[in-house]
Amino acid sequence: MSGKTDYILGVFDDEDILLSAIKSVRNDGLKIHEVYSPFPVHGIDDFLGYKRSRLSIVAFMFGLLGTTLALAMQIGMMGVDWPMIIGGKDFIPFPSFIPVTFELTVLFASFGMVGTFFVISNLKPWGKAKIFDKRITDDKHIMAIDLSKNDMDYASISKLLSANGATEVNDKTL
Amino acid sequence: MTSESVIREPLVTGGKTVHDVTEDISSRVEEKPAKLWLIAMALSLGMLTVGVYCVATLLWEGIGMWGLNKTVGWAWDITNFVWWVGIGHAGTLISAVLLLFRQRWRMSINRAAEAMTIFAVICALQFPILHMGRPWLGFYWALPLPNTFGSLWVNFNSPLLWDVFAISTYFSVSLVFWFIGLIPDFATIRDRATNKVSATIYGILSFGWDGAARTWSRYETVALVLAGLATPLVLSVHTIVSFDFATSVIPGWHTTIFPPYFVAGAIFSGFAMVLTLLLITRKVYKLEDYITIQHIELMNIVIIITGSIVGVAYITELFIAWYSGVEAEQYAFLNRVSGPYWWAYASMMTCNVLSPQLFWFRKIRTNLAATFVLSIVVNIGMWFERFVIIVTSLHRDFLPSSWAMFYPTRYDVGVYLFTFGLFFTTFFLFAKFFPVINMAEVKSIIKSTGEKKVAE
Repeated sequence: MSGKTDYILGVFDDEDILLSAIKSVRNDGLKIHEVYSPFPVHGIDDFLGYKRSRLSIVAFMFGLLGTTLALAMQIGMMGVDWPMIIGGKDFIPFPSFIPVTFELTVLFASFGMVGTFFVISNLKPWGKAKIFDKRITDDKHIMAIDLSKNDMDYASISKLLSANGATEVNDKTL
Repeated sequence: MTSESVIREPLVTGGKTVHDVTEDISSRVEEKPAKLWLIAMALSLGMLTVGVYCVATLLWEGIGMWGLNKTVGWAWDITNFVWWVGIGHAGTLISAVLLLFRQRWRMSINRAAEAMTIFAVICALQFPILHMGRPWLGFYWALPLPNTFGSLWVNFNSPLLWDVFAISTYFSVSLVFWFIGLIPDFATIRDRATNKVSATIYGILSFGWDGAARTWSRYETVALVLAGLATPLVLSVHTIVSFDFATSVIPGWHTTIFPPYFVAGAIFSGFAMVLTLLLITRKVYKLEDYITIQHIELMNIVIIITGSIVGVAYITELFIAWYSGVEAEQYAFLNRVSGPYWWAYASMMTCNVLSPQLFWFRKIRTNLAATFVLSIVVNIGMWFERFVIIVTSLHRDFLPSSWAMFYPTRYDVGVYLFTFGLFFTTFFLFAKFFPVINMAEVKSIIKSTGEKKVAE
């Protein structure tokens, strides 16, 4: 980002007013930078036009990897590397492999998905949050508008936000 | 948006606003520890100290310090293991299964229940680790690691090995699930922090959470998929624990009913432990508006259902033993009911099958004192259930000349005490330093199911 960027922040108290405001300002051609909330607002991604997250596909892929590795490990160890007769079973007793295979599938799917989530959402222990307003982790919703990405001027954006139910309109210089 | 039917009781009472939720929960973390908390902490640390002494002696002298003998080779160690793992199940059930069923009453109780799950599983893990005698070599015995025997691998036919994978997966997935839920709440505390130390600590814990709509959208997908993964996982864990017994050929253990019966028993004891802990937390932290009588009543209903399933399982076992016509099986059950351990069987039946039936009365299941007492009774009963299954199936083995009884030593008791110390110490630390109620989730339902202010 080059030097100074100005954001206009619309502060909303109520999630329903926020949702209708998102709809109407977008209809008026305003580009929303992002909306920040203290809790997940049901249906907000549709209003903002966000696509459904593909993290469930990521989980499936990692799960598949877990299944493959678990089976390869068990077949390799018991069937190839050191075959032994145990309780008269086959060298590769498939039913016995089901529990460990299931557990490793779940383990890989969960950790793979959560790891991906952390990476794509830029969540890390040393991460510093870009906080526009500290009240967004308490009880306020903030709609941030990037001035440089919109053709409208400051005054009309701020008027538009107030008209749609923003209880405060602030500006933020990063 | 969504709104609840007028007949539904509000899930959060007292006309709380979203800001009140932040205030009520975060201030518990920020304020100085209460006197009651310090006393409770001192007690559990005392228990832990006695326990650590017993564990140290056990490791130094060997597991001969336990009261095990040639006939009863498994007793309190595995009883306690199964008991703690079972208790752990309620947390995942509340957060994962109730999330899939969209039961919103889970939201005020899931955080504490998940914490309980994690601490209970840590306690459970102590027993398989300690019973190895030389746990520092345990990695080679329990994990498929290359070793000096020309890589003689672990036996994947063994249910004990399945247990290693099941319990460790369960522990790590539960921990991740719990932590994911905590991140937004840590961010709330971070943003309220007034001193540098807590700002730094909660800053690290919150992973730089910014509450963006896109992150929330992904977060919800992650929570839903994790719930979907944790649901079969929680069912698999106690199923695999029951395989430790069911795949053997010991009369009294070799039964196909074990997996569902163990899972129902696990949920039963877990809900009882959640109630024990939450009734105390609710009282000490004055959370009556978040954990309402309705929450307690719903948990009691889960207890009646699972308690009755367990009761049916006990009776089915007896019937099948008789109906099978296998003499050894018939004798194992006759001995269980009327042998020298009849008192353990009677305690199990009374505590697990009869006492929860009291919850059919609405007066009893909405009464806090009665619920508290019964929740402890249920866990006593569930401990006896595991003891009965394990010891009565072993103590009269195939040769009458080797019949024996099991007498616990002070080290059996001491190691059990150690896990209690560990459990309560970790739970009290959690209750002081972490938000005990999932603020973000409760905030999301304040508008639709919170009690409206009278003035409005």
